[in-house]
Amino acid sequence: MEYNGGAVVAMVGKNCVAIACDKRLGVQAMTISTEFKKTFQVTPKTYIGLPGLATDVQTLAEKFRFKVNMYKLKEEREIEPRTLAHLVSSTLYERRFGPWFVEPVVAGLDKENRPFICSTDLIGCINFAKDFVVSGTTSNQLYGMCESLWEPDLEPEELFETISQSLMNAVDRDCLSGWGAEVTVITPDKVITRTLRSRQD
Amino acid sequence: MDTLVSKYANSSSAASFDNEEHIGDSLTGWDAANQFAIPAFDIPMVGNPVDFLRAHTDASAENRIRIQHGTTTLAFKFQGGIVVAVDSRASGGSYIASQTVKKVIEINPYLLGTMAGGAADCQYWERELGRRCRLYELRNKERISVAAASKILSNMVYDYKGMGLSMGTMITGWDKTGPQLFYVDSDGTRMRGERFSVGSGSTFAYGVLDSGYDYNLSIPDALELGRRAIYHATHRDAYSGGSVNVFHVKQTGWEFKGNFDVGELHWEYQAQPKGPIV
Repeated sequence: MEYNGGAVVAMVGKNCVAIACDKRLGVQAMTISTEFKKTFQVTPKTYIGLPGLATDVQTLAEKFRFKVNMYKLKEEREIEPRTLAHLVSSTLYERRFGPWFVEPVVAGLDKENRPFICSTDLIGCINFAKDFVVSGTTSNQLYGMCESLWEPDLEPEELFETISQSLMNAVDRDCLSGWGAEVTVITPDKVITRTLRSRQD
Repeated sequence: MDTLVSKYANSSSAASFDNEEHIGDSLTGWDAANQFAIPAFDIPMVGNPVDFLRAHTDASAENRIRIQHGTTTLAFKFQGGIVVAVDSRASGGSYIASQTVKKVIEINPYLLGTMAGGAADCQYWERELGRRCRLYELRNKERISVAAASKILSNMVYDYKGMGLSMGTMITGWDKTGPQLFYVDSDGTRMRGERFSVGSGSTFAYGVLDSGYDYNLSIPDALELGRRAIYHATHRDAYSGGSVNVFHVKQTGWEFKGNFDVGELHWEYQAQPKGPIV
């Protein structure tokens, strides 16, 4: 995780979820890009966040796109976030003895528009959470921020503010993450993606 | 109980290495110059103190005790004296311990030292240097030259070579012979030069510094070049950041020229029109 750096966080609100990532791509100490987003849309109401080794981030994003498309063709419906979490988990466990170096985060609304978030470790152990999940090099700092800022039943706009403040203040205490951020709030009728302007050091 | 106490009391006093504690005290009474002539450090009571310390300070150690490894500092001579510019981030591993560190150490009103490597090492040894420079001044009724001051520092740290000291510093000032700039590090290197940059972000700073440098730069332009070079280093180097501190060394001594938060500086530079590259 420390080779390229990066941070992802997801939060549950009232009938909504939010997922956010930083935009740094580094090679150890050197920042190569400040436009490297780590969250990907999987279905209209489900996103996946992939912080970790950049080469695996890109490979897995494509792999999951392929698997989700195959699922959609066979089942003739969109994949549920909970199902996606298990798909991610088994895909990672297939590489139990030579893992992908990513710690994915899944966030979305299911078919009843109930919020769902979870994270997994790099070999696919799922962590279901009712409040928030964090991942990447900034996870310690993110736990501290989320633990103090998050509260139940936040409306979409409040959730956006909470997740943005959590991420921005967390990455300001991490050398390997930051250089801008992207936040996505998923509600039953729309998905709002915003780019955040943050410190560039 | 008493035997137990005396046993430990004896063993600890036997283990201290301060034989030179009272040099000169018996003849003339207490004298600061002699009392602290040689700094004495307690040595851990283990077979090999150097290996013991290394086991606890290496990058691979579970609980590393050193902070402040990433840094960008620079100093260069020009027509109007010397510009010194530094960043202000302290990191322990990838954790940012502070964004408001003072990496320019004001040794005395006409000597500046910069800080890269171990924060404690730089602070302690440059303060010790300040004390010795003051004693020199009192004894000789004359300010010490920058060459002599930097040599005192390099000789002091050379005594501890191989024991884990970590510092890369630039000593600057203005003496009888004019503006002076030296690079001194904990390996014992001491170099006179026109232009130096030290730390993990130094390569990025050199890139800006070398392309914008001219000996005949005006004072405002030279200060801006120093600030810009540090800003670019903080942008590209993960372990540099916070704010830029700029100093100007001139005949009358050094002058602090300001603190600039990189968080705002970036958008300021971003809004400026880009000039020609060559």
